[in-house]
Amino acid sequence: MADILLYLEVTQGPDGAALKKPAAEVATAGRALADATGGRVVALVPGDVADAASQLGTYGVDAVLTAGGGDRYLLDAHTAAVEAAIEKVSPRAVLLAATVIGKELGAFVAGRREMALLGDVVSVAMDGDAVTAVKPKFAGKALARLRAEGPAVVSVRPNAIPPVESAREAAAEALDVAAGEARVKVREVVPAKEQKLELTEADVIVSGGRGMGGPENWNLILDLAGALKAANGASRAVVDAGWRPHSEQVGQTGKTVSPKLYVACGISGAIQHLAGMSSSKVIVAINKDPEAPIFKVADYGIVGDVHEVLPLLTEAAKGFV
Amino acid sequence: MKIIVCMKRVVDTETRVKIAPDGVSIDTGGVQYITAPYDEMAVEKAIQLRDAAGEGTVTVLTVGPAEATKELRTAMAMGADDAVHVVAPDRLGAEPTAAALAAAIKERAPDLVLCGKQATDEDDAAVGPMLAAALGLPCVAFVHGLSVEGGAAIAEREIDGETEILDVALPALFTAQKGLAEARYPGLKGIMAAKKKPLANADLVDAPERTALTALELPPARAAMQAIDPTADGMQTLLTALRNEKKVL
Repeated sequence: MADILLYLEVTQGPDGAALKKPAAEVATAGRALADATGGRVVALVPGDVADAASQLGTYGVDAVLTAGGGDRYLLDAHTAAVEAAIEKVSPRAVLLAATVIGKELGAFVAGRREMALLGDVVSVAMDGDAVTAVKPKFAGKALARLRAEGPAVVSVRPNAIPPVESAREAAAEALDVAAGEARVKVREVVPAKEQKLELTEADVIVSGGRGMGGPENWNLILDLAGALKAANGASRAVVDAGWRPHSEQVGQTGKTVSPKLYVACGISGAIQHLAGMSSSKVIVAINKDPEAPIFKVADYGIVGDVHEVLPLLTEAAKGFV
Repeated sequence: MKIIVCMKRVVDTETRVKIAPDGVSIDTGGVQYITAPYDEMAVEKAIQLRDAAGEGTVTVLTVGPAEATKELRTAMAMGADDAVHVVAPDRLGAEPTAAALAAAIKERAPDLVLCGKQATDEDDAAVGPMLAAALGLPCVAFVHGLSVEGGAAIAEREIDGETEILDVALPALFTAQKGLAEARYPGLKGIMAAKKKPLANADLVDAPERTALTALELPPARAAMQAIDPTADGMQTLLTALRNEKKVL
């Protein structure tokens, strides 16, 4: 009857605190584990999200523990909250999203509690008493099957597990967390300049490569991204050339993404780049070189000049999305 | 200021992965090895911080096979002062790796520990925070900016597109994200000097592996590509297929 504990990230939106997008995915993964163990799904929500219990009940959460109060994420404070929740629930597994926050917090808690860490997994299940998972290694060039016999922390890659509704009544309860010493303090937060849509969580990504010709042509990428309500990315060559910021780089030394739709524009498809995006569900490639390796992983390929094709695609997309 | 940088020898990011007959590792025949790219950025940043302070030392530390001495010498050729090598089997998991690093770091009492955000083979992003937990240090992962002033650090990192600027009491551990520093190429003088710099060995501590890797597989092959005409009609065909067949729009 082992319970499953979720840690769900909270963001401060215009209408107050809200759960971040991966919450439903993490809850879905947790529900499946709890169905196998016969336990409950308990979600820790570090913030004052108005209707957390009803939102999470939809995705199979049995109980919600609230902690903090709209505070910004800090590792030490949120570790204390997770540990208080672990003491209360004694979970078989702790699940969170494999984001910047989730990777840091998950590994830190696993280290402190001497729990196994199954990091950045694309699926997770129970096999008897063991927690098993599949995770990409070598930036997706290989998939590893992992197994943990003891208590485990599992970080789930955003966009990998489709949310499944499993409605139930969840009640919220405040969790008592002792405040510790603040070893890290937030001095300043600089808001996002161009996009607030996080690449690793985006459903659609439009990426540009060296074939775009120069940074002055990036409006073609941004226009299409706007029409498709997509995040925009870039290849390593483009970032190394200083055309676009590091935060937009997709690839083995950038971000690994698995959106529903990835549109590669003027990207030849170096193995480095393919590693970071080939787990996308559908890939569209636009390149003037019919021999470009990107076409080997593409579902739809357009051999043509991005400067001509992108305006056509953007125009057509405006009537579609 | 005493800085320790943890680094890992990994297969080159350009490697085409093939699975070895054992079914749990990759075929390393003909494979080139490099220092994990994010670790290399951490080494570079440590050298820059030491040089900016005008005092201090940079020690590079690795847990890995005997051959990893080569990557330690390269880091010393870049400018690190000395190296510590914990000789360990290849493919050691995150938990015993963090334990081995912690044992080697503890007695050296550094002001700053830097790691890459993740090694480009395991892709766990686990060792940095786990090591901080083992050492009892504050931790900020994924930093693309770091400076030290008057015994405290200022770190920058991106979360959901926002940039956080954080004040961190030292000693502390940070993991490097792209943008932190661009690794220099070691010059001939550096390479010659590195041969005489001290390289110590440290023992591997006994720590359990709590996660087992039971199989390693290639990802499923993708379906054959459908060609689309680079015309307005082609775009309609594409978008219709994306919406109606693939259901991604």
